[in-house]
Amino acid sequence: MIWGPLLVASAACYAIKLAGLSLPQRFLEGPRVQRIIPLLPVALLAALVATQTFATGRHLVLDVRAAALAAAAVAVLLRAPFLVVVVAGAATAAVLRLAL
Amino acid sequence: MFTGASQFAFIGVVGAGGNPWAGAAAAALLGTRNALYGLRLSSLLDLRSWRLPVSAQFVIDETTAMTIARDKPAEGRLAYWATAIALFSLWNLGTLIGALATHALPDPKVLGLDAAPPAAFLALLAPRLRAREPLAVAVAAALIALVALPFVPTGVPLLIVAAAVVLYGIRPR
Repeated sequence: MIWGPLLVASAACYAIKLAGLSLPQRFLEGPRVQRIIPLLPVALLAALVATQTFATGRHLVLDVRAAALAAAAVAVLLRAPFLVVVVAGAATAAVLRLAL
Repeated sequence: MFTGASQFAFIGVVGAGGNPWAGAAAAALLGTRNALYGLRLSSLLDLRSWRLPVSAQFVIDETTAMTIARDKPAEGRLAYWATAIALFSLWNLGTLIGALATHALPDPKVLGLDAAPPAAFLALLAPRLRAREPLAVAVAAALIALVALPFVPTGVPLLIVAAAVVLYGIRPR
């Protein structure tokens, strides 16, 4: 069930890279393409942060994950490395669950 | 699949109980930026014969950043392959360790592991927010996703957000 979508997604991700390396430059030079492509990861990552912090399944919830995200944001603002940001988020959630 | 944000997105959708195809679509959409990286790298790398299909697998944020930062093409190619080999081996080793270790954990919530992915996404997102437009797009995308979430299947908010970005990008100005 999960392997079909996984293989298709993997093939798509590889094909996108191959296309970027091999297509003539003009295919990706349109101003609209140039504008949309850098904004896609920004929008999708922001949507992932929001939905994985403030939702469980299809229900909006406010729990310790919000505090964990705030801790991660502080780590980001302090220019902490990637792993430190992730650990700051996870540790905050774990400690708060123990305390509450 | 060797492109971190796409891997996280796929797992995020599936782990939240969403349709795996929605996860696959989100992963592919997150991977589109690699096409722009490839375009940038195509003039810097040696892509004759078999090198093209092999090189393609390693076109990601980090390899692109390390390669285009060099002044000489030879140094750029060295940077590309050094980054590619280091990241590919360590990233997949870490993934394997994670996959094996989770079986030893009774409840991932005790370690706060459910809070780790949003923190990781935030860390990936932050460097892209240094201008006003991406910051506004990020805030709007988060709000759209949360508003849509109760009404559509899990994972679909991501596709709605992607569609909104495309509409925003193609609007006349």
